[in-house]
Amino acid sequence: MPETTSFAAALPEIILAAGAMGLLMLGAFGFSDGEKSDRAGWTAILILFAAGVALLGQTGTERVFNDAFISDPFARFVKLLVLAGSATAILLSFDDLRRAKADRYELPVLILLATVGMLMMVSAGDLLALYLGLELQSLALYVLAAFRRDDVRSSEAGMKYFVLGALSSGMLLYGASLLYGFSGTTSFAGLAQAASAPGAATNLGLIAGLVFLLVGLAFKISAVPFHMWTPDVYEGAPTPVTAFFAAAPKLAAMALLARVLFDGFGGLFVQWQKIVIFIAIASMLLGAFAAIGQTNIKRLMAYSSIGHVGFALVGVAAGSAAGIEGLLIYLAIYLVMTLGAFACILAMRRENGPVEEIDELAGLAETNLPMAFILAMLLLSLAGVPPLAGFFAKFYVFAAAMKAELYGLAIIGMLTSVVSLFYYLRIVKVMFFDDAKPGFSATAPYVRFVMIAAGLFVLLYAVYPAPLVEAATAAAKSLSL
Amino acid sequence: MIYAAIVLLPLLGALIAGLFGRLLGPRPSELITTSLLVVAAVLSWIVFVRVGFDGETARVPLFRWITSGELDTAWALRIDTLTAVMLVVVTTVSALVHLYSIGYMHEDDSRPRFFAYLSLFTFAMLALVTSDNLLQMFFGWEGVGLASYLLIGFWYKKPEANAAAIKAFVVNRVGDFGFSLGIFGLFAMTNSINLDAVFAAAPSLVGKSMSFLGYEVDVLTLLALLLFMGAMGKSAQFLLHTWLPDAMEGPTPVSALIHAATMVTAGVFMVARLSPIFELAPTALEVVVLIGTITAFFAATVGLVQNDIKRVIAYSTCSQLGYMFVACGVGAYSAGIFHLFTHAFFKALLFLGAGSVIHGMHHEQDMRRMGGLAKKLPITWIMMLIGTLALTGVGIPHVGGFAGFHSKDAIIEAAYAGHTPGNFAFWVLVIAAFMTSFYSWRLIFLTFHGETRADHHTYDHAHESPWVMLIPLFVLATGAVFAGIAFHHYFIGEGYSEFWKAALFEAPGKDIRHHMHEVPGWVPLAPTVAMLTGLALAVVYYILAPWLPAATASAFRPVYLFLLNKWYFDELYNLIFVRPAFAIGRLLWKGVDGAVIDGTIDGTAKSVLWGTGRIIKLQTGYVYHYAFAMLIGVAAILTYFILAGGGGAQ
Repeated sequence: MPETTSFAAALPEIILAAGAMGLLMLGAFGFSDGEKSDRAGWTAILILFAAGVALLGQTGTERVFNDAFISDPFARFVKLLVLAGSATAILLSFDDLRRAKADRYELPVLILLATVGMLMMVSAGDLLALYLGLELQSLALYVLAAFRRDDVRSSEAGMKYFVLGALSSGMLLYGASLLYGFSGTTSFAGLAQAASAPGAATNLGLIAGLVFLLVGLAFKISAVPFHMWTPDVYEGAPTPVTAFFAAAPKLAAMALLARVLFDGFGGLFVQWQKIVIFIAIASMLLGAFAAIGQTNIKRLMAYSSIGHVGFALVGVAAGSAAGIEGLLIYLAIYLVMTLGAFACILAMRRENGPVEEIDELAGLAETNLPMAFILAMLLLSLAGVPPLAGFFAKFYVFAAAMKAELYGLAIIGMLTSVVSLFYYLRIVKVMFFDDAKPGFSATAPYVRFVMIAAGLFVLLYAVYPAPLVEAATAAAKSLSL
Repeated sequence: MIYAAIVLLPLLGALIAGLFGRLLGPRPSELITTSLLVVAAVLSWIVFVRVGFDGETARVPLFRWITSGELDTAWALRIDTLTAVMLVVVTTVSALVHLYSIGYMHEDDSRPRFFAYLSLFTFAMLALVTSDNLLQMFFGWEGVGLASYLLIGFWYKKPEANAAAIKAFVVNRVGDFGFSLGIFGLFAMTNSINLDAVFAAAPSLVGKSMSFLGYEVDVLTLLALLLFMGAMGKSAQFLLHTWLPDAMEGPTPVSALIHAATMVTAGVFMVARLSPIFELAPTALEVVVLIGTITAFFAATVGLVQNDIKRVIAYSTCSQLGYMFVACGVGAYSAGIFHLFTHAFFKALLFLGAGSVIHGMHHEQDMRRMGGLAKKLPITWIMMLIGTLALTGVGIPHVGGFAGFHSKDAIIEAAYAGHTPGNFAFWVLVIAAFMTSFYSWRLIFLTFHGETRADHHTYDHAHESPWVMLIPLFVLATGAVFAGIAFHHYFIGEGYSEFWKAALFEAPGKDIRHHMHEVPGWVPLAPTVAMLTGLALAVVYYILAPWLPAATASAFRPVYLFLLNKWYFDELYNLIFVRPAFAIGRLLWKGVDGAVIDGTIDGTAKSVLWGTGRIIKLQTGYVYHYAFAMLIGVAAILTYFILAGGGGAQ
């Protein structure tokens, strides 16, 4: 295959990487001081947009660089979501960071670099490509978590994330080396052969490698019991960064997980299905129960995201095209709901700075009815109340699980979503029925835009679900099952 | 394109006024919604001419909606003559009501909200009448229900308005229950909910039976009756009528829009739209005739003695809807829709005229405290007079007259031609026409003539309404005068087949329209005689001998009370449904809930909280604890596989 096509397949990544470098240079030498972060932010959004356009220009399935890099509908579906998530996170960051006097041009650059890493992860077809993407993403995220370096909580969050992330990377690498040792290859295609060879199911080395690999990825998607960094980091990191953490990287890691398991270890389905079911159940349970006692809304969103990872994993556990389709729809809807919810959290601000306690939302319906309404819709959607978008997300994965005869998993999932309704409803109750606290100060226009767009999406998804479903169906076909 | 614009413009207005109303302020919200509606109304008339006279029909798919197994449904607009007639009625009346509301609601603080609701309602109604499948129809059906709930309860600080809104919603829910069962049934039988497919499959269901509640029943009869149950709820027919008079608690423009011209006629529209199904179920049609006749009679009797000006008109609406159902029931769908069409003009005119009186009298609605207002509100008086002439059907037989003369008399002829046992439908409708004439003139005389009974202050300050409220009255008055004579030829005359084409279905061999023309010569005269008798009696009672009504009421006191209390239906329902429901509720709350459920729930909640506490305690904040938890996790999973023999346990 001629080299030019190889590069064409990786064009979005190349645009992002070159853009990130260029932006860094511009930031250091180009922009004048006053508007640096804003201009850097808009340029970054432009670069993300260009990458998106390049992405939309691609068709079919291409395996390039000795099969280490795959561009297929599945990858493109997730990549598009990742790009959208990153761009939205930048959009949300402008106002908040300026007010915190942390508006530095490095933030968009770091987000761009993390996005390159994520796109690499989604397209990885080889353990080394996987690791490269993952590390590029993680390193950028460590710095982002500690972005407000003069803030104790932010620094603590960055440090914790870094130490635990290093540990998980170590485990993942160990798993990769075990896999290489027992199969003699690092490509997913080669691993797939080794995994379906006779005797693979009793090959402890291979299975141990798979377990370690899975653990490393489970850390990235913050699945139980590898989730413990999540609440601390979510709470400590600056809110726009948290919004970014909760959205794009989760999607990329989840897509990577699905790709490795389906493309690389189809032969060990019985084995990995058990692990996935275990961490799905544990995540759903913990997400539902631990969130109940929370008073800080960012912490609550952390537990909520843990629960959602559990629900999304139900789609993986189903091990079918319907399951992957459900997973993809779930990820898309989750992305919108999370970004919308974080836009609302960013709007929680009074003259003397942002507030994060749930009680501060008291009586929001009186002081700001539209925001209370949108937040209520988003929360109910997160809880999976019909006819909001979140209900359909859950519906597709549970339907896939039922079809795969995983009745226990589906039932536990439904029960935990009922429990989770409790803490979402508590916020709704606080907003609509408690005595009003003073209103929030005016919301920045971009934040309001994200809020309204997300609110409309969850409300109106039910009217016209066809495009998303069709795209997910097409994308799900590209994984080998 | 033009079709989609008609349906979507009101939605656009509703969204603008609803989302940005506070930002824009009341006046721009009013102007935006009103002008969008006016545009929609103009487009509707264009469509009406194109479809009705140039013979265009269309099916405009908007987008795919639901695809699930055998259920494959698209959002599509079904454009034929029936739709075009409804489009004209809905958008015209709605545009005029929007305009009128600018004047009527000018003192209200939340006008953007009001106009958003009005436009939202219009959108839902348009979605209903353009529906191409039963689900879309149901969507519009529920949409108008919701919007009418919001509009009736618009003055939510008024407890009666809230109660009325809830009552309307609940009673309609009973009807909707039947309607949705009917839709499910049709889907189960024909494997489709698209109207064309359902109609095509309907003839094959003739004579089939199914077991329902342990009885073997005819499929089509059952389904048609279930569907008709929905129509009864929406169109306030006998037994499900109780919500309509109470709904008068809402603002008057709402009554004109919803309770005269649009929502309440949805039931009639539905029966006409589903005529290919109803025509195959003769037993169901007999029920439709029966219910329609009873409603026409019952509501007219109650209307005789009401004192609230809006309630008289409300009962009149109820009664006229009964007429329309009788027409549909005997197979003269065109006559029913024709009456729907003319009725929309004159009944909206009467409601808006009543609104003008109420507005001029500073929210006085009791006719016992009115009288002599003709001098104070001359224009309103003339408009109400035109509305009354149209409603009572004034005209010269075989020549022509006001709108109601053409449509109502056509229904009465159809009732005669329909050969009901003993011609009861015909005779009851004639008697109802007599009563209609009496209560309509009673309203006019009590309100506008004689010595005033209002207190000095109110009477002296009574004033004519502003132009923005009067212009809609003029337009509607024009319709009330000419709609009958202008469209008689097309709706029910020789132009019938060219005008309707395939929009309405008539079972072959019935030929009701032919029989309508061959009724004996005295039949067309009967309603006119009844009308004149009613007028004469009203003149005697309320102009010549004003002491007569009180004397009659005390002479026939039980009858009077029976009518005044609306046949005691509210009390009856209260006794049968409401109180037992409350009793059961109390029992569950005190007994079961207190001991069993609270105990269980509290117990569960307590253990949940306990578990939550444990989990949070694990979250110490120390990195080495977190790392430890991760390692334990890895170890646990690995151990599982090692113990399970290398994961070989398959």
